[in-house]
Amino acid sequence: MYNFEFNRPTDLSAAVDALRGDGAQALGGGQTLIPVLKQRLAAPTTLVDLTGIESLKGIRRMGDMLVIGGGTTHGAVAASGDVAAAIPGLVELASKIGDPQVRNRGTIGGSLANNDPAACYPAAALALGATIETNQRKIEADDFFQGLYATSLEEGEVITAVHFPIPTASTYQKFEQPASRFSLTSIFLAKMSDGSVRVGVTGAGADGVFRHEGLEQALGSNFSASAVDGVSVAAEGMSNDLHGTPEYRANLVKVMTKRAVEALS
Amino acid sequence: MATISMTVNGKQVSGEAQGNTLLVEFLREELKMTGTHVGCDTSQCGACVVHVNGESVKSCTTFVSALDGAEVTTIEGMANDDGTLGVIQQAFQDEHGLQCGFCTPGMVMTIADMLNNNPQPTEAEIREGLKGNICRCTGYHNIVKAAQSAAATLSGAKQAAE
Amino acid sequence: MAKDNVMGSSSKRREDVRFLKGRGRYTDDMNRPGQTYAYILRSWSAHATLNSVDTAAASEAEGVIRVFTGKDIEEAGLGGVPCGWEITDKNGDPMKEPAHPILATGKVRHVGDPIAVVVAETYQQARDAAEMIDIDMTDLPAVVDMRTAETLGTGVHDEAPDNLCYDWELGDAAATDAAFASAAHVTTLEFINNRLVANPMEPRCAIGDYDQDADHYTLYTTSQNPHVIRLLMGAFVLSIPEHKLRVYAPDVGGGFGTKIFHYAEEAFVTWASAQIKRPVKWTSDRSEAFISDAHGRDHVTKAELALDAEGKFLALRADTRANMGAYLSTFAPCVPTWLHGTLLAGQYATPAVHCRVRAMFTNTVPVDAYRGAGRPEATYLLERIINKAAQELGMDQAELRRKNFIRSFPYDTPVALQYDTGDYDATLDAVLKMADYDGFAARKAESASRGKLRGIGLSCYIEACGIAPSSLVGALGARAGLYEAATIRVNPTGSVTVMTGSHSHGQGHETTFAQVVSDALGIPEDQIEIVHGDTDKIPFGMGTYGSRSLAVGGSAIVKAVDKVVAKGKKIAAHLLEAAESDIVFEDGQYKVAGTDKAKAFAEVSLAAYVPHNYPIEEIEPGLEETAFYDPKNFTYPAGSYLCEVEVDPQTGKVEIVALSASDDFGNVVNPMIVEGQVHGGLAQGLGQAMLENAAYDEHGQLVAGSYMDYAMPLAVDLPSFNVETAEGTPCTHNPLGVKGCGEAGAIGSPPALVNAVVNALQDHGIDHIDMPLSPLRVWTAIQNASVKQAAE
Repeated sequence: MYNFEFNRPTDLSAAVDALRGDGAQALGGGQTLIPVLKQRLAAPTTLVDLTGIESLKGIRRMGDMLVIGGGTTHGAVAASGDVAAAIPGLVELASKIGDPQVRNRGTIGGSLANNDPAACYPAAALALGATIETNQRKIEADDFFQGLYATSLEEGEVITAVHFPIPTASTYQKFEQPASRFSLTSIFLAKMSDGSVRVGVTGAGADGVFRHEGLEQALGSNFSASAVDGVSVAAEGMSNDLHGTPEYRANLVKVMTKRAVEALS
Repeated sequence: MATISMTVNGKQVSGEAQGNTLLVEFLREELKMTGTHVGCDTSQCGACVVHVNGESVKSCTTFVSALDGAEVTTIEGMANDDGTLGVIQQAFQDEHGLQCGFCTPGMVMTIADMLNNNPQPTEAEIREGLKGNICRCTGYHNIVKAAQSAAATLSGAKQAAE
Repeated sequence: MAKDNVMGSSSKRREDVRFLKGRGRYTDDMNRPGQTYAYILRSWSAHATLNSVDTAAASEAEGVIRVFTGKDIEEAGLGGVPCGWEITDKNGDPMKEPAHPILATGKVRHVGDPIAVVVAETYQQARDAAEMIDIDMTDLPAVVDMRTAETLGTGVHDEAPDNLCYDWELGDAAATDAAFASAAHVTTLEFINNRLVANPMEPRCAIGDYDQDADHYTLYTTSQNPHVIRLLMGAFVLSIPEHKLRVYAPDVGGGFGTKIFHYAEEAFVTWASAQIKRPVKWTSDRSEAFISDAHGRDHVTKAELALDAEGKFLALRADTRANMGAYLSTFAPCVPTWLHGTLLAGQYATPAVHCRVRAMFTNTVPVDAYRGAGRPEATYLLERIINKAAQELGMDQAELRRKNFIRSFPYDTPVALQYDTGDYDATLDAVLKMADYDGFAARKAESASRGKLRGIGLSCYIEACGIAPSSLVGALGARAGLYEAATIRVNPTGSVTVMTGSHSHGQGHETTFAQVVSDALGIPEDQIEIVHGDTDKIPFGMGTYGSRSLAVGGSAIVKAVDKVVAKGKKIAAHLLEAAESDIVFEDGQYKVAGTDKAKAFAEVSLAAYVPHNYPIEEIEPGLEETAFYDPKNFTYPAGSYLCEVEVDPQTGKVEIVALSASDDFGNVVNPMIVEGQVHGGLAQGLGQAMLENAAYDEHGQLVAGSYMDYAMPLAVDLPSFNVETAEGTPCTHNPLGVKGCGEAGAIGSPPALVNAVVNALQDHGIDHIDMPLSPLRVWTAIQNASVKQAAE
């Protein structure tokens, strides 16, 4: 990889200052960014490592919200009793990301900021209607994801925490791509306290993570696997590669949604 | 270049690193500890797994500049003080859990971390726990057996001590 | 004393200790004083005219010592990378053998074709400078699909405008045609045997080190056969006499075939070191390995099986196109021919077999031997078409095979081999029992209750390994002999150093060979040291591939031991004042038969080196013997594998529920190591069947060019295996009675898995799915079958 200056601030304001520099880029756990750098697909002049900032780490319950610091590792989420009690689907999700080593380093903030179309966390953020808090503002998940690897984050903006409304039930059903073991098509299903159902789909969409309104409406009125059968999931807009055609991914959306419903029934 | 100091296998060490120097490069090239290997460039094969502050990480996907002051354990630190094989290493030899030996250091380090977190894993948990380690020689059959055997030995030793 | 049962005991591997402590010594672990680093700039285009390569800016970059291009290689007069096997086609013409330059000139022919090399003080400097090389290329149409390559109108090489390397045949075409004409039933199967990347976990690495004072070259390399590299590179590429060239392959992190071959990078670093008078190191990264290590398999085949009304096989016909890639790698031409066509009798007494193979040049990475090499392709062909025939005829897959087994040995096949021995009923019976074949229906019903489709698939493989009599392979086009060599050096105090031409890169030779010597000489294993891999230390040996190390290399060791014992008897006879003919050697003692007079092995060896009381008129001092063993025939391991799967019809995902294997490897020296070899082979075979696919797009770009898209088998993908080694039929023609075991798992398992999945889906009317049986492919097959069934 190209060389760069390595900056390891211990507080957020120093990190934000450092990120104002030309060619500066934030580094979370690095589990996605470092392979990209090895391929010389990015050439930052400064990497600002956020993992030394303690205030970005941690999990806490705040009323009907679960707040996870942007620098919290997948491993910490997977092992958290607080998360398991509040949003078990998030434990399922975090424990299925990558492998133990990736989970020990990778962070929720890094995952969301990268918005890989096959990453797991974006499905949960969308399905739960999370609020992404940065050093500058709060962004609703529905506004945050802007297509492949694109988010509404501005330059120098750092995800400090993710606020998840606590649903009445949740699950994550992952179907892996056979090589990368990222999501080929995975579903985060949440039953919200207002009775609504939200379905986040990752891995499938040609534009990245999305919510499936047809499934949400059908399940909102009849929470059963048979309700899924009646929904048409279009192949159009699904991505196409060696491991999945649009038709296959559309099928998986329904199959994995049904499995999610069964898991919660 | 910056000077990085850390504890590796219980010894205080320091060496020079650029911003982009990976932990595995620091270990192999600066500290001349070549037991940790590089088998891919997409952070998937796990031949490079070491422990940082008690957790397994991929040393090919960790910048050494982030680890000033860290405690690192590598395969070279897994033998007993008298030079005999440690419990997990011995289980690998007993169960024929290695062939060419290239992925082996990463496998041993991953299993050590796995058994720290889950002293008596099921076969399915062992296989799931090896998701970040690729072996092309053994078909994993005897690696799984080695993990089971090491788990039994370690929990037996723990019971005996209690 | 040696253990009584040293042969057949699972001695723990002595090599493990260094590997487990992180003290293995792989090529990339080595660094030479003054070492420089090479970065190779490779073609990103599959097929293009190379108009110009401007290295001016790169040459001036920081840390750069020299930048080399194909022009430098041409001007130095170096040879191309040679091919080690010439196939004669069916018209008697030699195969097309285009030049394979070290660095491309004029044209690039595959993504990954090396264009220029930067040698610099550091790897990073070399890579940075490579980005400053200005390359002007004009893209040409890429030849990718073998099926259209002949008529495309674009030639990868000018010498072969139709992209045909050779058109070869084996077997009696007329007899085969006649048998088909009389057949009660003909089964036809068209399929693709998917292209694979070997992926040993250690990427290739080479260090060239030229010693100007001694005018001597050393190449440190990741090779399975250092002497073969020395011969090919010294004699054909660099014109370096062999006494001036040392090739050393230290610990090697897996090979699986792809480290047999002589690669351009080895020749480059050796030559470049002499140009710049400093050592030059090149280490591949994984991405580079995908586009520079020789690939494996890649056949497109139409097969037909003729049967009589009772299910007896009458004839088999196979028509295959085999991908050579852009250049002929070292042993590429023999893989789809002599290692494939000859195996098409399998375990069956099929009277007539005919095989045609067209080898094609394409704009892809060269294809060569990969674990099994031709034999997996042959086994897949046979074992798939037999299951398809059973499906069509409504016969049990085991019974159809049993009807056709060869039961009389030696057996001359219609495709040029003579099987010395075997017992195919024994391994089939064993595997049916191990896998509870009879209980399958109940398990299928239980799966069905959970919405899963369960299937069971059988595969009965045979392979020819331990290649082979040199005179035979020479007649078939090999440009090398295929014997093996060993030196037994008995040290004065009776310990033994064994120098073997075989090379261990995971096979455990340091342990197995020590067991063989321990058993033969009656000395403990810890008194025996095995040396391999260094051409300065070992006798000229052919290395390790084709499951040959114990059958051929081990036999050479036995022959050398025999010579040691024969000489020892002469010495002992002198010391014991007895006739040589009265001396017997047993349990590590030279004894005078019928008396209690004896001399220990160590006493005799000491006498050989301190020849005070010695038959010096009759024999020389010292006790060191070398033997070269040239096998009389291949060995023929065989076995039966049963795979049981559960298919999720909604997602197409296949779960391997069980894999049972019964193998006949003849005599077994170390069962633990043999079973480990089977496990590894099974994983690679199941990987081919279910996961791995080196897919190219129509432009010749390798789509699966990293582990992000090339699916390697992980622990979660596989079950624990049920492996038993049968009592076995010992090989009749080597002194150990052993057969090869290294490739069996990779040969036998792919059709077992595919047969199991097709068996699970047969009620859907599915009779074939091409490998790998990924979720997408299985689901798509189910959808297509449903549409077809609905239409009918």
